[in-house]
Amino acid sequence: MSKTTTGAPADATADDQDLGTAGSQLSTAPKEELPNLPSLGVIGWARWFWRQLTSMRVALLLLLLLSLGAIPGSLIPQSGTDETKVADFRSANPTLGDVYDKLGLFHVYSSVWFSAIYILLFVSLIGCIVPRTWQFVGQLRGRPPGAPRRMTRLPAYTTWRTEAEPEQVREAALALLKKRRFRAHLAGDAVAAEKGYLREVGNLAFHIALIVLLTAFAWGQLFKMEGNKLVVEGDGFSNTITQYDDFKSGNLFSQDDLDPFSFHLDDFTGTYETSGPNKGTPRTYQAALDYSVGAYGKDRKTIVKVNEPLEIGDSKVYLTAHGYAPVITVRDGKGNVVYSQAVPLLPLDSNVTSSGAIKVMDGYRNAKGVREQLGFQAFFLPSYVPGNEVASQFPALTNPVLNLEAYHGDLGVDSGIPQSVYQLDKSHLKEFKNSKGEQLRENLKPGETMQLPGGAGSVTYEATKEWANFQITRQPGSGWALGGAITAIFGLAGSLFIQRRRVWVRAVKGDDGVTVVEMAGLGRSESAKVPEELGDLAGILYDQAPGAPTDTGAESDGVSDSDAASAEGAEN
Amino acid sequence: MTLAAATNENLANLSNTLIYSAMAVYTLAFFAYITEWIFGGRSKIGRTAAALTSRTETKAPDVTVQKGGSTAVLERPKVVVRAAAGARDVPDGPGAHGGDAQGDLYGRVAVSLTVLAFLIELGGVVARAASVERAPWGNMYEFNITFSTVAVGVYLTLLALKKNVRWLGLFLITTVLLDLGIAVTVLYTASDQLVPALHSYWLYIHVSTAILCGAVFYVGAVSTILYLFRDSYENKLASGGKPGQFATSFLERLPASASLDKFSYRVNAAVFPLWTFTIIAGAIWAGDAWGRYWGWDPKETWAFITWVAYACYLHARATAGWKGRKAAYLALLAFGCWLFNYYGVNIFVSGKHSYAGV
Ligand code: HEM
Repeated sequence: MSKTTTGAPADATADDQDLGTAGSQLSTAPKEELPNLPSLGVIGWARWFWRQLTSMRVALLLLLLLSLGAIPGSLIPQSGTDETKVADFRSANPTLGDVYDKLGLFHVYSSVWFSAIYILLFVSLIGCIVPRTWQFVGQLRGRPPGAPRRMTRLPAYTTWRTEAEPEQVREAALALLKKRRFRAHLAGDAVAAEKGYLREVGNLAFHIALIVLLTAFAWGQLFKMEGNKLVVEGDGFSNTITQYDDFKSGNLFSQDDLDPFSFHLDDFTGTYETSGPNKGTPRTYQAALDYSVGAYGKDRKTIVKVNEPLEIGDSKVYLTAHGYAPVITVRDGKGNVVYSQAVPLLPLDSNVTSSGAIKVMDGYRNAKGVREQLGFQAFFLPSYVPGNEVASQFPALTNPVLNLEAYHGDLGVDSGIPQSVYQLDKSHLKEFKNSKGEQLRENLKPGETMQLPGGAGSVTYEATKEWANFQITRQPGSGWALGGAITAIFGLAGSLFIQRRRVWVRAVKGDDGVTVVEMAGLGRSESAKVPEELGDLAGILYDQAPGAPTDTGAESDGVSDSDAASAEGAEN
Repeated sequence: MTLAAATNENLANLSNTLIYSAMAVYTLAFFAYITEWIFGGRSKIGRTAAALTSRTETKAPDVTVQKGGSTAVLERPKVVVRAAAGARDVPDGPGAHGGDAQGDLYGRVAVSLTVLAFLIELGGVVARAASVERAPWGNMYEFNITFSTVAVGVYLTLLALKKNVRWLGLFLITTVLLDLGIAVTVLYTASDQLVPALHSYWLYIHVSTAILCGAVFYVGAVSTILYLFRDSYENKLASGGKPGQFATSFLERLPASASLDKFSYRVNAAVFPLWTFTIIAGAIWAGDAWGRYWGWDPKETWAFITWVAYACYLHARATAGWKGRKAAYLALLAFGCWLFNYYGVNIFVSGKHSYAGV
């Protein structure tokens, strides 16, 4: 026992006997057993191990370990969330990186040791719940235990003498307690009653809900998928792996799990606060989609907003980002169109200053008729305010300006090394020069054209479209996880706020022929509510069996007892 | 347009003035609480010592049994309450004023000042919210002023419910002053914007319950610390030791360790389901905003760690060997996790939640 125990009387065992089984089975918490080592064989050891694993102490230890184990994952970069940071860390600390690798510290939540902790906890939880449920069913089938011999030892106690007959008092008590929704029965000379079983129901429901939640989470992790697709206004997407810009999935996911659907981005709308301290803050972000489900589904229209995904089957389509895509037309020296396309640019700040690259890969011949590739470095301001060339002043398209830097030569796209579509590899490119011999660079407004020198052709900024990025995810089991979570909250509330308590009412004839009524209450944990409720019940019963005058000197049973230092059974 | 901007500017300035005024009034309240403790120190109280050292002869409970002669008037039966097995039967201290009338007066003044400061601070938070046209928790400055307002609100609510918590006043107001001091000096940020991912009513639910949970956990943590002091004091007395003058005067006036322990348990247990709900609301919001309901983002991870730590604490209290002081250490550890999630993660760790700057 802890240090707070003081002066527990030596007659604790006598106390126990007095209380009998009154305090037994008031909960289903497993008994604490000290780990005394078994001398039995393999089975003995196995049983010992099992009992340890399902004990409260080990559950506590595993919970502590789980919270400790979760810490490194929040401090060390994780490959699941940010691969580049992990790479940075590895190159900055190669030796430490190796050690972390061995320990699985770059993917803590799927590492062997973290899994070991929660699987053990899981097993412990199941091993704990099953017997506790049976025990509880047993308690529901049985009846509350009879009154202890000396009721004065219970945490709440009261007594009085009455002229009513003991049977009458007991009957009245039984009726009263039943009316108050106690489970009550007559046991010998006393009524035994119990209430608050919902506490145990809540506790079991909470732990079972945890199992459901964990299972649903694990299921979701194994079968999940997540991919991104950038779509320019007017373009579409159909849900096959090859169409994704990037794609991740759980270990057990298969391509057949992809829900068959396709959609078309009709229009993206962003509106922004135009004044006040929140100037530029997005007010609406929405994408108008045309979508169809299945191979021959009919077209439907919908709006997808930032926090309101489109749900199709188990898949959800989220709007995660947006930006601008200037429509560019490139002509060669003879005026043939060699490139005409909306080019998505990457936003750099909250006012959607953007950058990107235009790559003309085939079909272009220079003024001498030789095949070449063209590259343009693009820098875009949706709201250009003269004087500020480097940043847009507002996120909407109020005064768009596209700045282009022109190159020719070899884009390096055929080298086999994957290349970002937003950047030019300039190592085999040559600058176009303007008349002053400087790098050719011009600001274009919609409709304007930049001529390439020496009859090399031209590039036209036709108009501006918007693009939206969609994240498509599928995480089966989230409904179960939510159901488990909600059950857990209610179970928890029941378990923490409901008191399980017992009340006994004994009525017997004293030596002098007058009936002595004794009432006592016992709670699962010490609480002011138990005596309050007992006083309330006693008051009602007293009205039905009013007090009787007594002979002076007659002592009521048991109260004068002086070694009343402790009562058994009340915990917490 | 310019008119709206000017109104916002004015509101922001008003908010700042109110926050500074609240700090001034809290400071007055702080001195009033101190005075209450000082006056309370004059009275000689030694109930705990009396209760613990006279235990050689265990006392019978005060039972009033109807034994009167043949008088006609009979009293209704009284309920006798006994301490649980193993618990000390120690009376609660009288509170900071120690039964001293003048001390009590200062205590009342302190509470009145706290109410006043609370109202001013609340005004400051509301003005700030109005000036930025959104909920007042877009950055740590706003979070701090909202948090301390709610913490004081929790304390005043407990007082209004006639709970015996006035002893918390000094400790609470000291830390509220600290919290506001850090807010206005280190964390102050002029109004700024929220990114669109933050627009969701789940955000309002999630963050407001998170702040409330933090405030209640905080009250629980303060009483846990006081429990630890009071418990060692009682242990010392019970084992025949002689605690120092200051400890005696100070700790004697607090509630008994059993009461403090029970109070912190109640407070923590009562808010634990709400904390569970907070995490779930966050997960639902993350599901809507980021396309996954759980992704081990540092903020999520620490919310989970805090939750598990409090679950440990609740478990510990059901496990015989872990009651009392050990459980109290767990409760403090759990609150430490909460604090780290609030300050540490914002400052030291970057993740999806670090959008609004510090
Ligand atoms: C995932 C792991 C677990 C978590 C998060 C958890 C959480 C909790 C929480 C929050 C409570 C407090 C609610 C209450 O007091 O009724 C509780 C109570 C309880 N838990 Fe767990 N638990 C876990 C595993 C276990 C295991 C493995 C056992 C069995 C050894 C267990 C047995 C109990 C018992 C008996 C109570 C009731 C204590 C009482 O009546 O005061 N739990 N649990």
